[in-house]
Amino acid sequence: MNTTSQHITSSQAAKKTKKKLWEILTTVTDPEIPVLSIIDLGIVQEVYVENENVEVTITPTYSGCPAMDFIEINIRKTLLENGFDKIQITHQLSPAWTTDWMTEEGKEKLKSYGIAPPISKAFDLDYLSNLSVHCPHCNSINTKLISQFGSTACKALYQCEDCREPFDYFKCH
Amino acid sequence: MDSKPTDIDKTYLVDYSLHLADSSLIMGHRLSEWTGHGPMLEQDIAISNIALDLIGQARNFYQYAADIMNSENTEKSVTEDDLAYLRDSFEFKNFLIAELPNGDWAQTIGKIFFFSAWQFYFYQKLVYSSNRQLSAIAEKSLKEVTYHVKWSSDWIIRLGDGTIESRERMMAAIEYLWSYTGEMFVPAEFELNDENKVTIDVSIIKKDWLGKVNLVLAGATLSLPKEAWMHSGGKKGIHTEHLGYILAEMQYMQRAYPGLEW
Repeated sequence: MNTTSQHITSSQAAKKTKKKLWEILTTVTDPEIPVLSIIDLGIVQEVYVENENVEVTITPTYSGCPAMDFIEINIRKTLLENGFDKIQITHQLSPAWTTDWMTEEGKEKLKSYGIAPPISKAFDLDYLSNLSVHCPHCNSINTKLISQFGSTACKALYQCEDCREPFDYFKCH
Repeated sequence: MDSKPTDIDKTYLVDYSLHLADSSLIMGHRLSEWTGHGPMLEQDIAISNIALDLIGQARNFYQYAADIMNSENTEKSVTEDDLAYLRDSFEFKNFLIAELPNGDWAQTIGKIFFFSAWQFYFYQKLVYSSNRQLSAIAEKSLKEVTYHVKWSSDWIIRLGDGTIESRERMMAAIEYLWSYTGEMFVPAEFELNDENKVTIDVSIIKKDWLGKVNLVLAGATLSLPKEAWMHSGGKKGIHTEHLGYILAEMQYMQRAYPGLEW
């Protein structure tokens, strides 16, 4: 009986720690798009807690994304600052990261930052050619693609034909 | 790592991963030569982005190859960097098309198009590999490559169906590159005799690849070169003279100052 109740308490404590960890991780932001947290981006897959050990599983956005190493360092740093020192960060490639995992809140933040958020839809080739992107500044749909590749791997460059402003579009992926 | 490579000879699996890594690395490294020299800012950025995607894919395959090698040999551990920086040209298993010079913009576009169209159909199949790590890398890479195919197809059409000069250059590029496309569909020793469906029979993707090439060339008002003699050897480590120069530049730092970090 005794061991069972102890087990319950420790699992409840782990649950609490886990919740706290998820909250802490919302303060880790993307170095390229500082308005987005790694939770908004959907990079964090799972958080495991076992006694003092913490494991964070992350999924890289793009294979060659130079921000990933930086994000990993930031996760470690933030957790250390919050008193966790046995940290393991695991990379998980499958299922592959998709912009569908970006939170609605994240999409709103992107838009107010001046980046058109990804249009939520599963990825396919036809999709690349039939895209209507709203201008994040004036909301016009009258926009054109300037370049399929923008300032970072995850963005494309667009221009609004109404307000004439160029803007980044966070590509569907 | 839950994909235990017991189902295929480990040497073959290492070679297979290295072949895929090398093609992406050499292609990506070549394309990065355009960084800062692109014909316009947006295209400079685009080609640098593609290079980055390819080098990222190469890292995933190198890491996997290193993991398998380290599981065999516990005395000395190998890293992804050792595999990229400390092997000689005869150990590289990349497709020859990857190491060819960038030439003019048309030649670079032709290289990206032929290679990324191959990657597109190849990764679609590799997703179903019985090896979970290879399948995961394929799933990740496929999304990136889809953009590369789209971007390079648009450029083939733009140049082929463009001015007299752009058309001539595009035709010359396709003519030059064509004889390097054959080996992409010929299995190497490390891809054969695989009863466990880890590797992909590259000969079966040729039809889809040809269909795509025909479609894009038709859009560019160009036609396919006639049947030609095909170069081969890349997968076996027999390379053109160009690879040595790439490696000399890319590996110089680690060779001269082993273990240097910055």
